[in-house]
Amino acid sequence: MSEAKKYPTPVTNPETKPFWDAAAQGKFMIKRCKTCGDAHYFPRSICPFCFSDKTEWEESSGEGTIYTFSLMRKSATGPYAIGYVTLKEGPSLMTNFVDCDLERLAIGQKVKVVFKPTDGAPLPFFTVV
Amino acid sequence: MTIKGKAYIAGIFEHPTRHAPDKSTAQLHAEVARGAIADAGLSKADIDGYFLAGDAPGGAWPMVDYLGLKVRHIDSTDTGGCSYLIHLGHAAEAIAAGKCSIALVTLAGKPRTGPMPPRAAGAEADFEAAYGATTHNAYGMCAMRHMHDYGTTSEQLAWIKVAASHHAQYNPHAFLKDVVTVEDVVNSPMISDPLHRLDCCVVTDGGGALIVTSEEIAKSLKKPLVRLIGHGEAMKGPRGGKDLDLTYSAGVWSGPRAFEEAGVTPQDIKYASIYDSFTITVLMQLEDLGFCRKGEGGKFVADGNLISGVGKLPFNTDGGGLCSNHPVNRGGMTKIIEAVRQLRGEAHPKVQVKNCDLAVAHGTGGLLGVRHAASTCILERV
Repeated sequence: MSEAKKYPTPVTNPETKPFWDAAAQGKFMIKRCKTCGDAHYFPRSICPFCFSDKTEWEESSGEGTIYTFSLMRKSATGPYAIGYVTLKEGPSLMTNFVDCDLERLAIGQKVKVVFKPTDGAPLPFFTVV
Repeated sequence: MTIKGKAYIAGIFEHPTRHAPDKSTAQLHAEVARGAIADAGLSKADIDGYFLAGDAPGGAWPMVDYLGLKVRHIDSTDTGGCSYLIHLGHAAEAIAAGKCSIALVTLAGKPRTGPMPPRAAGAEADFEAAYGATTHNAYGMCAMRHMHDYGTTSEQLAWIKVAASHHAQYNPHAFLKDVVTVEDVVNSPMISDPLHRLDCCVVTDGGGALIVTSEEIAKSLKKPLVRLIGHGEAMKGPRGGKDLDLTYSAGVWSGPRAFEEAGVTPQDIKYASIYDSFTITVLMQLEDLGFCRKGEGGKFVADGNLISGVGKLPFNTDGGGLCSNHPVNRGGMTKIIEAVRQLRGEAHPKVQVKNCDLAVAHGTGGLLGVRHAASTCILERV
């Protein structure tokens, strides 16, 4: 099951290193643009909406709702549920749902971030609240 | 400026194989190239433009050398399964600009024989790769949301497979030739919710090729004249996660561009080749191209509306990727080929659309539920 899964270690790069450093502290970070005011994910140094370079890190609540999901039943490592979560702060992101009954997932359910260890920085996942 | 009427598809070839463990991938490219060149009544020395995508081993350098081509125009745009639809548009641009006069487009590979090489990682890799997006679940996520927003049902999706299977029974090369029912589809094993096994396309080795040329040269050849009169291409992704909507594709942009250039509407189309990696792919593309309103695709495809001779919009009369062939997990090439067969009157008599003079070939490439491209080609028999 997903708990026993070995997750890949984030490679990281200078642009995204602050995200992974914060993840190691249990913080889930997003980027917000000071020019247009919109938050985005995954984090970029230049805003993908208005192309301003005035983006800054912001700690997300880590809370959101399930936009969609699919329970993948044909997998060598066991079933897993991929989906998109829409964060309270606005952006939607791809994730896996873990530590919950995957057969009972539903669009609109409330979820929150949980981190899972890798050999490097921990990876964000989501679980049903 | 327009490419309308500037390029003609003078040669087509679909490899008859569906499993080729005894051949190399480069060899399959050469075999489909030979087939298309022969179909056009040309020789290799006539080729002065070459279009290839990520399935061609090593890219342009080794392929041009391996095939022994001497070209003055090269385009290796790779947008996954719709690469070849984009190549057709780009070939028309190159021909219109005088950069080449006889273009070869090839696709070939062997996913049935063995695993495909991995794709290079993009900027998103650390933030997505661990979550295991595959074709099945990425399209499953689209279907799940489409059902949620519009009430689309598994039974409606199943009708798309049923229609494809009705066509495939007449194709001697089809990988799956048996006619299936809605019940067969919805009772097949769940692969990635809500997509069942029979909602998925086949995995086949093989390939296909095109010869694209100018009006003057096409008219000097013997095949019925089929030309490109409209082309569109577009891309879509999560775009920083703002306003995520997985119920539509980049086809909402590529389609209208192509129809506008061609000066026709979806209602004028006699035959449609629609990329069918999964049943949901077809349903969303039909909506995005304007064959019905967004959210009404389920009603549109039900009750055999896509079956030739039965419904209003005959689609994928070769059996498509759902039943016949999906070489290299890239369906764009075979979409063009069957559209040309229909326009030439060379489709199987049981599925040939009467007086078929206007067709669309459309596809997506990449993952519909993640990031993808789309391309639309409007083709006309002259």
